[in-house]
Amino acid sequence: MESLEQIKARAEAAVPGAKIDIVPNPGPSHQSSLLIDNEHAPAVARFLRIDPALRLDFCSNATGVDWLDRTVKKTVKVKKVIDGVEKEVDETQAEFFPGYLEAVYHLYSMTHKHGPVIIRTRTADRADGARLPSLTPTWRSAEFQEREIFDLYGIRFDGHPDLRRILMWDEFVDHPMRKDYREPDDYEYEPTPHDDVLERAKQHYTARPQLDGAENITAQK
Amino acid sequence: MADQIDEGLRSELQRQGIWVTSMEELYNWGRRNSIWPLQFGLACCAIEMIATAASRYDLARFGGEIFRPSPRQADLMIVAGTVTKKMAPQIVRLYNQMPDPKYVISMGACAISGGPFKQGYNVLKGIDRYIPVDVYIPGCPPRPEALLHAFMELQRKIDEQKLTGNKKAEHLNAAQPSEFPVPAFGEHDLEPPANPDVFRPLKLERQ
Repeated sequence: MESLEQIKARAEAAVPGAKIDIVPNPGPSHQSSLLIDNEHAPAVARFLRIDPALRLDFCSNATGVDWLDRTVKKTVKVKKVIDGVEKEVDETQAEFFPGYLEAVYHLYSMTHKHGPVIIRTRTADRADGARLPSLTPTWRSAEFQEREIFDLYGIRFDGHPDLRRILMWDEFVDHPMRKDYREPDDYEYEPTPHDDVLERAKQHYTARPQLDGAENITAQK
Repeated sequence: MADQIDEGLRSELQRQGIWVTSMEELYNWGRRNSIWPLQFGLACCAIEMIATAASRYDLARFGGEIFRPSPRQADLMIVAGTVTKKMAPQIVRLYNQMPDPKYVISMGACAISGGPFKQGYNVLKGIDRYIPVDVYIPGCPPRPEALLHAFMELQRKIDEQKLTGNKKAEHLNAAQPSEFPVPAFGEHDLEPPANPDVFRPLKLERQ
């Protein structure tokens, strides 16, 4: 199979205006992926499927990823004039990265027996902008999995034929796989709590009555 | 009445072919040897329940082989497996549709407390939050022998039920509810998250 760079170059040539980035994966699997811009994602998906050299006709998996807002603190050496003398001073700068959600698709080719090619699309933010183009028109097998992503991560897929919740009930409003999700508090009976559960169970504890030892003396008599 | 007749006289009569018994004993004997379970399974515990009903373990020896596909004909609900919050209202509804007297076996860690999924967002932390449970079987999943043991415990429980008097069985008390409110799907959780009339956990006193 071609390298990701080759696929990226050919896809960008085939779909005018498409912008594809390679997201490297430094882990042992080396499964780097292609980040496709939202506007051209359906056309690029179509290309990946019908291109005779690739023929990625099987979407084996579609899933979501939640990336929270993060602030990275960096220490930078800055030249400053202090008391008329120029000095190099360490200064801490905080850089803010807004959070977003991603949909990740794992593609294989049944025709050529190769894969996976991993593609991902990224939302603008984690609130109202959590919209992505649906790739179900290209890969029918993504239909239920995009519904699951919608259910658990809250990404709305434009162009999906039947976008409803699939695991949780329709009245449910939360998205449980988001990292800031807090499950409802039903920790009133936890006989062996530990870690996070202990912290939540403690709110339900009734204080043990304070004993002064006198009741033991009467019991001994 | 069985306790009012001398045990020696009774066995003597039995040897002569005369069987002396009481209405209560006869009634409970009939009930406990023909417990028809409701045929449904929720997770891997159901596989063990199926094995229990099959030839090797043979639940038929205890009169429980007739799994009914309708709650109207069932005496026993074996909650075998993980009860998700989406499934819980259906379980309560099935229980409500069963005729009295009815019994519940909570089979396996999930049905007791949520088990390995206890802290998940989608699993009910024990079916006893909504319906009364007669016998709990720990295990993940419990072996068929454990289910047989629970079945025998239930038979013992039925055998001890009184038909009259102050301590008569709960299903004979007209004031005792035989149906319980079905929880509704809420925005964040089931509404209510537990039925306080049924679910009374031990109060944990901790520092």
